[in-house]
Formats: sequence, structure tokens, C-alpha cells
Amino acid sequence: MRMFSWHFIHVWQRNRDVFFRLWRTEAVGYVIEPIIILLALGTGLGIYIGIVGGQKYIEFLAPGIIASYSMFSASFECTYGSFIRMEYQNTYDAILATPLNVEDVIAGEIFWGATRAFFTGTGILFIAAAFQLVQSPWAILIPIVCFMDGLMFAAIALFFTSLAPAIYTFNYFFTLFINPMFFLSGVFFPLDQFPQILQSLSWIFPLTSVVHITRGLFSGEFSSELWLALAIILAFASLFFTISLVTMRRRIVK
Amino acid sequence: MAIIKVVNLTKKFKELVAVSNVSLEIAERECFGLLGPNGAGKTSLIRMITAVSPPTAGNIWVMGKDLPKYDREVKAQLGVVPQIDNFDPDLTVMRNLLTYARYFDIPGKEAYRRSLEALKLFQLEEKHNSQIRELSGGMKRRLLIARGLINQPRMLILDEPTIGLDPQAKHLVWQKLKQLKSQGVTELLCTQNMEEATLLCDRIAIMHLGKVLALDSPQQLIRRFVGDKIWEIEVTPNNKEKVLQELANLKFDFEEASNVVQAFHLDDESAKKMVSFNPRPRSATLEDVFFRLTGRLLIE
Repeated sequence: MRMFSWHFIHVWQRNRDVFFRLWRTEAVGYVIEPIIILLALGTGLGIYIGIVGGQKYIEFLAPGIIASYSMFSASFECTYGSFIRMEYQNTYDAILATPLNVEDVIAGEIFWGATRAFFTGTGILFIAAAFQLVQSPWAILIPIVCFMDGLMFAAIALFFTSLAPAIYTFNYFFTLFINPMFFLSGVFFPLDQFPQILQSLSWIFPLTSVVHITRGLFSGEFSSELWLALAIILAFASLFFTISLVTMRRRIVK
Repeated sequence: MAIIKVVNLTKKFKELVAVSNVSLEIAERECFGLLGPNGAGKTSLIRMITAVSPPTAGNIWVMGKDLPKYDREVKAQLGVVPQIDNFDPDLTVMRNLLTYARYFDIPGKEAYRRSLEALKLFQLEEKHNSQIRELSGGMKRRLLIARGLINQPRMLILDEPTIGLDPQAKHLVWQKLKQLKSQGVTELLCTQNMEEATLLCDRIAIMHLGKVLALDSPQQLIRRFVGDKIWEIEVTPNNKEKVLQELANLKFDFEEASNVVQAFHLDDESAKKMVSFNPRPRSATLEDVFFRLTGRLLIE
């Protein structure tokens, strides 16, 4: 395995420049949609749900939405986005003709995916703050968690991309992995109503750990599992980052 | 000094041998052509020289540095012009150049200056604010070469730089490539266009099935493999056998190509011996050499 160099920043900059040219079209999905969910489920459905764990439902929901939409941002960026750059726009070929190597491209892509998650998470956090849903000053740390959330899911997504034979393959990634996680990681309801066995299993979903942390920072009430959750995120992120370096090189360098 | 030295280079993809034991040297400031049919191994060879594909066996030195060990240093000195355009479609012409310059760590102001200069050289300065999709095929190709020059490379590597261009655009590209060469840029040109190869290249390697079959200047290749003139005899199914028999008896160097028999390496005096068949002379071209070496059958 080869390491990436600081040159990766140029790939990140390239993606940033393109994003800020197109952000008006991209931002809609990642900010408007979570707002609609917050309003529809939080205030609409929330009236019938009442209090969850001592909080109003919308206050319970908001940190979960932040965690999951950050996940979506990073995952879309490093599946469809990366695949289009790699296979359709031949962007990787252009970059590899310069002093940058495959590992620099991979690191640039993953850190960019993490940055997208950071933007999305921070955006929703501001909106939640405007609705006066944030209860604790610890919430200021949430953007950092969103970045780590993004780092992990960008690495997982790019690993999947390195194996994807066609762009349609990503349907599997989203319907079998990302979407189930969205519903079963404690975003919409507390996991403690699951049977014990399912509760333990839900920790396999990396999103569960993220929701755990964002919810803690949001409310200021931390559980003993906070450090475990953090460790899980870091472990997933570094594992898939490393694997992606190997599998992507295998795919690109022939 | 050789700017590129390749020794016993081999590239295999599973069972397929794309490049087989190739050795060659490219001198500084020359225009070196790689000529060959599809699947000859040109692109594989170029991909190894530009450090994007590791060789299966053999060695490559570019500017005295061995690959793939010094790939970053080598790539910093090369200008690569790909066959398929790979611009960032969402960025303007200028932004594309600046983004590319950034990969080479060229600071912003200098990158802007060089980008303007490159756009001027290729008569694209009015397009600096255009979207990529607004450019014609010829403009895109010129922009690709302009982009390849942004790091002021000692060597430009071009893969089919005029494929699909109209004659005007093609000639403009040729003129610019000549101009760059006269300014001291070494060029490695991968092409299937014989006219282009004859016009631009100092030396040409003709490749076929992964091997270099011949390597010389265009004029020498013509002289060596077909002679300056080719005598052509039109034949019908009725007299074909007779003509072939007669040329064999005369011990001429000849070849049949569908309804024409071509005789090579003949002076006017010898050609008179077959005057009864009404042979017609014409100047030989690189294409004749190409056909003699790589055959007339479609290779797939």
C-alpha cells in the first residue's frame, strides 16, 4: 500500500471549485429536504408522538437528521460523484498525468466527501438553531462530528465505488445499506424499544454511533457509550480509507 | 543525451502481450513518432512512459530518472495531451487551465500568466471565459495542447492530436507543434496519420503487435522498405497469374494488393523490363511502408 501526499489538497480544491459553481442546484437536496422532514415529521407527526425521552419529538429528531443528511452528502459525493469523475469525465486520468498519484486522488475525494457532510450538517444545525431546537452549547462541536461522519461514509462509499462495475450498481449501495441505516439507526425513534439483540446489532450500522454523538451534543446529556461511538467511527473511517487506497489503485492502475 | 530510454520493456494484461520487449531511445529536441495499427501497443507504451501504468518487465528512464520510482518528478516535467478530452466540463476555459496548473504547484499569479500565454499561442484568448461545451472540436484539441504546456514541460507527449479534426484545424495544430519543436520542446507523437508523421517526425518507430518493426527517419523508412518510387500494374483475374509469374522471374520485389500489383525498389531501367504490363510509377509514401510492414489485413 502507498500513502497519499499533501498534493491531495489540489483534488479537494478542484472539487470545491466545481461545487461552488454548482452549489445552488446541489444545496436544494441537502438542505431543503431535511427542513421539510423536520417540519413534516417533527411538528406534524410530532404532535401525535408527544415527548420522547424527555424531549419534544422535533428536538429528538433534529440531531438524527443532521447525522443522516451528512451521511447522504458524503455517500452521494463518493459514489455517483466520484464514479462520474472517474468513468465519464475522465477527471482522474487528467489528474494522474500531473505529479499527483492515485492515492492523492483518493484522499482528495474522501476529504472532499467529508467536507460536503460538514457543509450539510452545519447548514441543518443553523436551521435547527433558528427554530430554537438546540438545547446545549455542546452543539457547537456538531460540525466536527459531521466531518468525521462524512469521512467515514465517504471512505465506505469510495470503497464501494472502487468495485462498482456500473453506475447502476449504486442502487444496491443505497437501497441495501444506506437507506436501511437511515431508518434503523435511531434517527426516528430511540433504539431502546428494540429487543436487546437488535439493539446490539444496530451498532453494526455506523450511523448509529454518529446519531448517538450528535444527540448527546444537541441535548447536553451524554451517555457512557459516547466514547465507544467515537471509537467505532474512527475505526470504520480508518479501515475503509485504507482499503480504498488499495482497491482504487487496483482498479485505476492497469 | 536521450530524454527517454526504454530497455526491454514488456507489458502484459493477463494473457495478452501489449508491448513485447521494446527498446528505444528518444533524443532531446526531436519529434519522435509512434506509428501502428490499433492494438499495436502504442498507447500501452505511452502509458508506461508517462508513469500511469507500471511495466511488467524492463526499464524506463525519463530525463535520467528511473520509473516508476521517480514518477512524481518525471510527471512534473512532462506535458501529456490525451486523445479523449478530459476537461472539467463545469469550469470555464481559464479555470480549467488554472486548476491544471495547481496540480503542478504553480502559484496563482504565475499560473494565470502562463494560462493567458498558452491561450494566446493557440489563438484561444477570446475564449478564456467560455464554457468547455461551447468550444469546437478543433478548439478543444488546441486547448488540450495548451493545457499540456502549462508546466513548461521539456517533453510533450501527444496521443493522436489531430484525430477527427477538419483540415484547417489540423494544419493549425501541425503548425503549432512545429513551432514548439523549434523552441526546443521534445515531442513524442502517437499517430495513425501518415501525412502527420511524415510532416512532423524526425524519426518514426513503426509498431505492430507489441513490437517495434522499424525505426528510422520517414525518408529512410521509405527508401529502405519500398524505394522512392512504386510501380503499379493494374491486373485482372485473367492476367494476374501471368504478371506475378513474370515479376517473380525477374526477381523483383513485389506485392499484390487486390487488383493492383506493386513493385518496389526499381530504377527506371529495370522497370522497362515489364513495360508490356503498362506499369505506372508514383512516389512512395509512408503509408506504403506501413502496409508492407503491418500487412493489409484488418487486425482485431
